[in-house]
Amino acid sequence: MSRTVTIDPVTRIEGHAKITIELDEQGTVRDARFHVNEFRGFEKFCEGRLMWEMPGITSRICGICPASHLVASAKAGDDILAIGIPETAEKLRRLMTLAQWIQSHALSFFHLSSPDLLLGFDGDPSTRNVFGLIAEHGDLARRGIRLRKFGQEVIELLGGRKIHTPWAVAGGVREPFDAARRDRLLAWIPEVKETAAIALRTLKDALDRHRHEIPSFGNFRSLHVGLVSRDGALEYYGGALRVRDGDGNTVADRIDPRHYAEIFGEVSEPWSYLKFPYYKPLGYPQGIYRVGPLSRLNVCDYIDTPLAEAERQAFKALGGDAEVVNNSFYYHYARLIEVVFAIEKTEQLLADPALLGTHVRAKAMINRTEGVGACEAPRGTLFHHYTVDENGVLKAVNMLIATSQNNLAMNRTVRQLAMRHLDGAEITEGLLNRIEAGIRCFDPCLSCSTHALGRMALHVQVVGATGDVLSEQWR
Amino acid sequence: MAILTLTIDDQPVSGTETETLLEVARQHGIEIPTLCHLDGLTDVGACRLCLVEIEGASRLQPACTTRLQEGMVVRTNTERLQRYRRTIVEMLASEGNHHCAVCVSNNHCELQDLAYTVGLQYVRVPYLYPAKTLDATHKDFVIDRDRCILCSRCVRVCHEVEGAHTWDIAGRGIGCEIISDLKQPWGQSTTCTSCGKCVLVCPTGALFEKGATVAEMEKRTEFLRYIVNARQRREWNPDLLHEE
Repeated sequence: MSRTVTIDPVTRIEGHAKITIELDEQGTVRDARFHVNEFRGFEKFCEGRLMWEMPGITSRICGICPASHLVASAKAGDDILAIGIPETAEKLRRLMTLAQWIQSHALSFFHLSSPDLLLGFDGDPSTRNVFGLIAEHGDLARRGIRLRKFGQEVIELLGGRKIHTPWAVAGGVREPFDAARRDRLLAWIPEVKETAAIALRTLKDALDRHRHEIPSFGNFRSLHVGLVSRDGALEYYGGALRVRDGDGNTVADRIDPRHYAEIFGEVSEPWSYLKFPYYKPLGYPQGIYRVGPLSRLNVCDYIDTPLAEAERQAFKALGGDAEVVNNSFYYHYARLIEVVFAIEKTEQLLADPALLGTHVRAKAMINRTEGVGACEAPRGTLFHHYTVDENGVLKAVNMLIATSQNNLAMNRTVRQLAMRHLDGAEITEGLLNRIEAGIRCFDPCLSCSTHALGRMALHVQVVGATGDVLSEQWR
Repeated sequence: MAILTLTIDDQPVSGTETETLLEVARQHGIEIPTLCHLDGLTDVGACRLCLVEIEGASRLQPACTTRLQEGMVVRTNTERLQRYRRTIVEMLASEGNHHCAVCVSNNHCELQDLAYTVGLQYVRVPYLYPAKTLDATHKDFVIDRDRCILCSRCVRVCHEVEGAHTWDIAGRGIGCEIISDLKQPWGQSTTCTSCGKCVLVCPTGALFEKGATVAEMEKRTEFLRYIVNARQRREWNPDLLHEE
C-alpha cells in the first residue's frame, strides 16, 4: 500500500507551509512536494491605488524584508516617472538595500539555520532553536543578534524606523542623511566585521562536520539568475540580469530587468499558493532556476570588495569541475560571503561624501504607463511591475518574488532529501528536520511571495498508493 | 445684545444668544470633540460628535448648532456621551476603508486623533468594506472616497469661502458621496479653481496632494480664520487700502 508523509508546519522559515511525501507500495519515495498554504493577495488589492503609495503599501508585504520591497517599488515608480534620481538618493537606497541583506542574512544564519548546523540535525527539537543556541553558544548567538541589530539600525537611521518605513519614494527618498547618523553607523563597523569573520569560521567548521550530508542537500544542476553590474561584479541595486546554466555557461546576459517577463514565465499548481516561475526558453519545468546568495555568487565574475572576493574564490572551488556551485547547502556559505560584502560596501558608502547631499527627491508627472523596478532582495532578484493609467492609478500589479523563483528548486530539494532519508513509513525526527533544513537553505519567505492567492509552519504526511494518509506529524 | 448665563459641566459661563454652546464651551476651556466643525465655516451638525446633554431636553443636542439659552444646564462629558462618541467613531471606521498604516494622512488625521481621544481600541460592528472610488484626474489633487467621512467641510469651504461650489454631496444615506460639479471627473470640472482649500480642510486623507506618500500629507486649517475675518472686516476693499 502506498502512503503520504506530511510535515506541517515547516518550522524556522518565514511563513506557513507543509511538505508531503508520497510513497509507493514498496515504501519508496514517488514524489515529495513543498506546499505553501498562505495567501496575501497584494497584486490584486493594490489595483486602483496610486503609484506613489506603492512603496509604503508594498513594504508592508513583509516584516523581514520591507526595505527590499520599498526599494523595488520606488524604482518601479522612478520608471513610471521616467526620471533619473539624484545621486545621493541612489547611494542612500543602496545603503538601505545592503542593510536589508545584513539583517535578513543574520536572521537566516544565526536565528534559523545555525541551530541545525551547530546543534546537529538529530538534536532534540525542543532545544534545536535559537534558545538552545544561546544556551550552548551564547557569545555567537549574541553576536548574531547584534549583527542583525546593525542592519536594522542602518534602516532606522535612514528611514526613521526599522520596519515598514515608507522612506523611499518614486523619484528618490524622503529625507537626506547627515554626518551624525553616519558616524553612529561607522562606529559599528569593526564589531560587525569581526562577527562576520567568526560566522564564516563557524560555518566552515560545520561544513566539515556535515560533509557526508551535504551531497544530498538540493544538489542538482539548474540555471542561476541574478543582477550583475556592467563589468560583471556582484550587484544588489542596479545592473542587469544574467542567466548562467549549471555548468557555468552564460546563457543570457545584460537583460534589462524591464524585460523580465520576456524570459521568465509563471505557472500555478493546484496544490500550492506559491507560483512556479521558470526560464521561458527552456519551458516548464525544465526552465528551473535558482536566485539568491548562491546564484548571485555564481553569476557574477567578481566581487568588488577585497575580503568578500577572497572568500568568493574559496567558494568557487566547491563547484569542482563545474564553473558554478550547484549544491543548495552552500546557500549558507554564499549568504555569509554576502554579509562580508555588504559590510565592506556599507563602509565604503559611509565614507562617500556624496551620501550627505541634500538633494534627494526628483519630482515628475506620469511619463510612462508601465514601470518595472528590480533589486536583489536577500533571497534573490525581486521585481515589481506596475501598469498605471495617465493619472498614476494602478491597473495591474505583478510582483516576481525571490522565494517563488526558488519554488521548483525547493521542491526538487525536498524530493532529493526524502529519497535519501525516508526508508519505509516510519517518520523519524531526523527525517523531518533534514527536509526542513533543506528548505531552510533557501531561507524562503512565504508571506512575501504568495500574491496570486495564507497559512504555513511544519506538517509531514505519509500518503499511501490509495491516497490514504498513513502517518503524519505536525509541529 | 443680552448676556445669557448658563452652566456647562458645573462651571458658570456666559455668552450671547448668537453664540453656540460649542463656541462658549471652548471660550471657557471646555473641550468638546468635533469633526465636521471648522472655525470659519457654517456649522451643519453632521458628525454628531459634539452631542451634549441639556437638562430638561429629551434628546441630545449637537453643541455646534445649539444656541445659548438663559439658565441652560449642560453636560459635555458624561459616561453616556463618551459611549456615544466612541460608537460614532466606530461606525465611521467601519463604513469607510480606513487603513491608517498606509494612508497619506497617517499621524496627521483628525479621525485617527479622535479614535485615540475617545479610547477606540477595536470596532464591534462588522466592517462594510464598501466599493468606493478614487479620482486622480485633477492635475494637482486626488480625492479618495474610501477615506471620506462626509463631514462636508470641502463642500462648505468651496461654496462659502472660495465661492466656486465645485463640490456637492450626491446620493442618500450610506450611499452618499462627494462629487465634483455634476459628477464629472474632478479634472474636467469647469468650476474648480484648483485653489486647494478643500484639501487643506479635509480632516482625513480623503483629499490630498498628488504625489504624497504614506504619512506625508499634513493639512493646515488656520488660513481659513484669517481669510474669513479679513473678508468680514472688508480688509481687502481696495478703497480701504487706498485710505490707509
